[in-house]
Amino acid sequence: MSLAHRIIPCLDTDGARVVKGVNFVGLRDAGDPVALAARYNAEGADELVVLDIAASRDRRPTFLETIRRVAAELAIPLTAGGGIRTLDDARSVVRAGADKVTVNTAAVEHPGLISELSQEFGAQAVVLAIDAKRLNDHWDVMVRGGRDSANRDALAWARQGVELGAGEILLTSVDRDGTQIGFDTPLTSAISRAVSVPVIASGGAKLPEHFADIFSEGAADAALAASIFHDNVQSIRELKKFLSARGIEVRLPC
Amino acid sequence: MKITLLDYGAGNVTSVERALQRLGSESQRASSPECIAQAEALLLPGVGHYAALIRALDERALRAPLLEAVQRGIPFLGICLGLQALYESSDEAPELLGLKILPGAVRSLPTTVKLPHMGWNQLKITRPSQLLEGIPADAYFYFAHSFAAISANGEAVALCSHGAEFAAVIEKRNIFAVQFHPEKSGAPGARLLQNFLRLGA
Repeated sequence: MSLAHRIIPCLDTDGARVVKGVNFVGLRDAGDPVALAARYNAEGADELVVLDIAASRDRRPTFLETIRRVAAELAIPLTAGGGIRTLDDARSVVRAGADKVTVNTAAVEHPGLISELSQEFGAQAVVLAIDAKRLNDHWDVMVRGGRDSANRDALAWARQGVELGAGEILLTSVDRDGTQIGFDTPLTSAISRAVSVPVIASGGAKLPEHFADIFSEGAADAALAASIFHDNVQSIRELKKFLSARGIEVRLPC
Repeated sequence: MKITLLDYGAGNVTSVERALQRLGSESQRASSPECIAQAEALLLPGVGHYAALIRALDERALRAPLLEAVQRGIPFLGICLGLQALYESSDEAPELLGLKILPGAVRSLPTTVKLPHMGWNQLKITRPSQLLEGIPADAYFYFAHSFAAISANGEAVALCSHGAEFAAVIEKRNIFAVQFHPEKSGAPGARLLQNFLRLGA
């Protein structure tokens, strides 16, 4: 009996539609976040993350409506993010039905936001998203969708974020994202061992072995992926069976 | 049985409401002493900070009617913070007084493990349970908390362990409480809520 390692599919949306990895099989409306959410809920996903990657002000009401409709389908936790810059932004996604919110660029620019969110919703609802990229002997924090350097050490930023009240770190390897060659084990392991909160590894997953590695060597508490689940490259059910057979604690769907 | 959801302006009221709807149950939100006094069954949801819950109860004068309702013997279900509030106090805000329905204090989980205790975990069932009826013994439930009833777990019918053993499910007469979130715990969570709904039927 111990805490299961979590498998988390991520839906990247433009507010209304899923925009990455849309070669779904067996869905009438492939880009519909609600249909996908229902499918993952049934397949044994442990949580769901929905991001607004466009995050433009005028699409905001659409994104909130998406959150409401997705939340109505789920009997598992929902994390929402993308473009959350203020406490009010976070309030609106929580009110729409998100259990947790992720912050990234806005937290780098204004770290006090993490404390504000943590005081209002509790640390368990605040996920600090860190996009990290290898730079010489350390990892650099990247912002604005992984494009710009924040000139900040990822390890130090993760520690600071936890001190400020983040209850979880969503760690994306910019070097691995989209490569499908496996998670960034050294990065994840370094961050996971440096902080007291759970770490979700993201970026580079394809094979079941990648997940096994990130949970064992990478010391990740959860692993996130998008297109390999959407495109049916990897089924969550089969992935969990594989991990369980390897002796890795997972919640097997009934 | 109509469930009255205690709405104190924080927490996971909406997701609990949705979970009850999926079970075809009627629920109403209540934030006034009068509504609580008339409740047939009471559900206290909660997520976030202990102080926010206790302060909200006192600011809205909900403490007394809540205690009276429990005294009256109507089915009561506390979720997460709603379990922790039943004790005398919590390490999370030691200066505040809990509902004192159960003896003892809520403690911080040990820092030897990652906190919050976040994710899916299994239970160790210690006594026959009405809430867990029909649910496989190895079922997983979703937890998200850093504080727990560690030593004060005498009323527990099931324990969970994360750094230390703590009360995961409490049943005492009409008082029911769970440290995890049944509204986020898939099929086993839905069954648990359904079991609670049947108590008053």
